[in-house]
Amino acid sequence: MKQLIQVKINGRIYREEVEPRMLLSFFLREQVGLTGTHVGCVVGECGACSVLLEGRLVKSCLVLAVRTDQKKITTVEGLAREGTLHPIQEAFVEHYALQCGFCTSGMVLAGHSLLTRNPDAGEEEIRQKLAGNLCMCTGYTQIVKAVGSAAKAYKK
Amino acid sequence: MYPQKFDYFCPDTLEGVIELLTRYGEDARVLAGGQSLIPLMKLRLASPKYLIDLDKLQDLSGISEQRNEVSIGALTRHAEIEESELVQSKLPLLHDAVTVVADVQVRNLGTLAGSLAHADPAGDLAPALLALGARINTVSSSGKATLGMGELMVDAWSTSLGGDQVITEILVPIPPQGSGGAYLKFERRAGDFAVASIGVQLTLDQKGNCGDIVIAMGAVGVTALRAEKAEALLSNQPISDDLLKEAASAASAECDPFSDIRGSVEYKRHLIGVLLRRAVEVALRRAAGEKVKTVHG
Ligand SMILES: Cc1cc2nc3c(=O)[nH]c(=O)nc-3n(C[C@H](O)[C@H](O)[C@H](O)COP(=O)(O)OP(=O)(O)OC[C@H]3O[C@@H](n4cnc5c(N)ncnc54)[C@H](O)[C@@H]3O)c2cc1C
Ligand code: FES
Ligand code: FES
Repeated sequence: MKQLIQVKINGRIYREEVEPRMLLSFFLREQVGLTGTHVGCVVGECGACSVLLEGRLVKSCLVLAVRTDQKKITTVEGLAREGTLHPIQEAFVEHYALQCGFCTSGMVLAGHSLLTRNPDAGEEEIRQKLAGNLCMCTGYTQIVKAVGSAAKAYKK
Repeated sequence: MYPQKFDYFCPDTLEGVIELLTRYGEDARVLAGGQSLIPLMKLRLASPKYLIDLDKLQDLSGISEQRNEVSIGALTRHAEIEESELVQSKLPLLHDAVTVVADVQVRNLGTLAGSLAHADPAGDLAPALLALGARINTVSSSGKATLGMGELMVDAWSTSLGGDQVITEILVPIPPQGSGGAYLKFERRAGDFAVASIGVQLTLDQKGNCGDIVIAMGAVGVTALRAEKAEALLSNQPISDDLLKEAASAASAECDPFSDIRGSVEYKRHLIGVLLRRAVEVALRRAAGEKVKTVHG
């Protein structure tokens, strides 16, 4: 039986009916139409589907959409403001931190989540905290550099 | 990849959860962080007809110091344990273990009780809590109960919990002054389950020798195991290199690993010996008051 949920995604409220077995990743992509969240492995191994749930980084393929009733979600689409890229996105562009782009939305959100918590994170911590996100093009060096260089934008 | 269809409930109270579990019996499962159950349901290795979400039971979440114990609510997320100053200062062994569970995303949702109930033989938190002598509080339709880790763990992916029994709290005794602990995990790549792991908690006596010692081994048996022979060799002894080598061989012999994609039986036995020596060294330094960061393989 479908259930009605109300979720705030990127600041906008959505009221939607979902089957309980609907995964958040598919809910975002297919029902809400926000396809910036990518789906790679669907079993929680690759991190491509990462989003922020109540401000915390999670893999949306490991969350049931019905559980997000009355909660706040940020996807990669929620970072830019009125057509201006967020500093972490700018840093990815500047450092050529993407090749095919498949892992990018997850990587950007993982970097954003880390720097929001600790703008002083050094390379070691960046590598550790991004470990849940795999890049099949293996462009890790540029990704780590991009996140490191975005850090200044997070310092008050 | 979708789970099979199920009915979903999200009760406001623990009584409500127990009532639903009693009503639906074998067909029902509780959902905590979902980081193990959702993958199982997608792979159709678990297909509960009724899924009972614990998400609204926020009373079951949180970390506090109570007399000489740390109380950790069943629904406390791995990340909250990782960030807890109380755990960092009083239970370094548990802190070591929780920081090497999976990755940031999984730690942001996964819960302590969920890990124990899921009982993965390569999980990190059961060996850590076994080494620390933790007790598990539960509630079911027949009332409250307290289990030792040895009573909870039964087999791979299997515990002694009854169908309507819910873990509510984990109580971890705070090791006395002069005690030191460490948890070391060897993994093939960042975020993977352990190939082998060791938790050691030891106390120095007045002479600076090893007093009481508990050693728990992970991923080398169907459940976390105590290394009792190694413990007997080391307890109440001055620790020398030779004695440590002897204890390491004893632990290698008494663990009971299986061969899988993470390694052969011989390899895992060897690792246990290496990890034991390293973990005892860190525990000794911590017992002497030194701040030591663990480095994982
Ligand atoms: C990619 C990935 C990597 C991982 N790597 C590791 C690792 O390296 N080390 C490690 O230790 N773990 C690892 N895990 C597992 C992780 O720690 C899970 O969080 C944990 O095993 C389950 O906790 P949960 O809260 O998500 O439980 P859920 O998935 O919600 O539930 C798991 C089981 O426990 C039962 N349950 C949940 N709560 C209770 C309760 N209060 N009382 C009774 N039964 C309950 C459920 O019914 C279910 O059977 C990994 C998981 C993933 C997806
Ligand atoms: S698609 Fe979710 S982790 Fe890979
Ligand atoms: S850029 Fe292709 S997967 Fe990362």
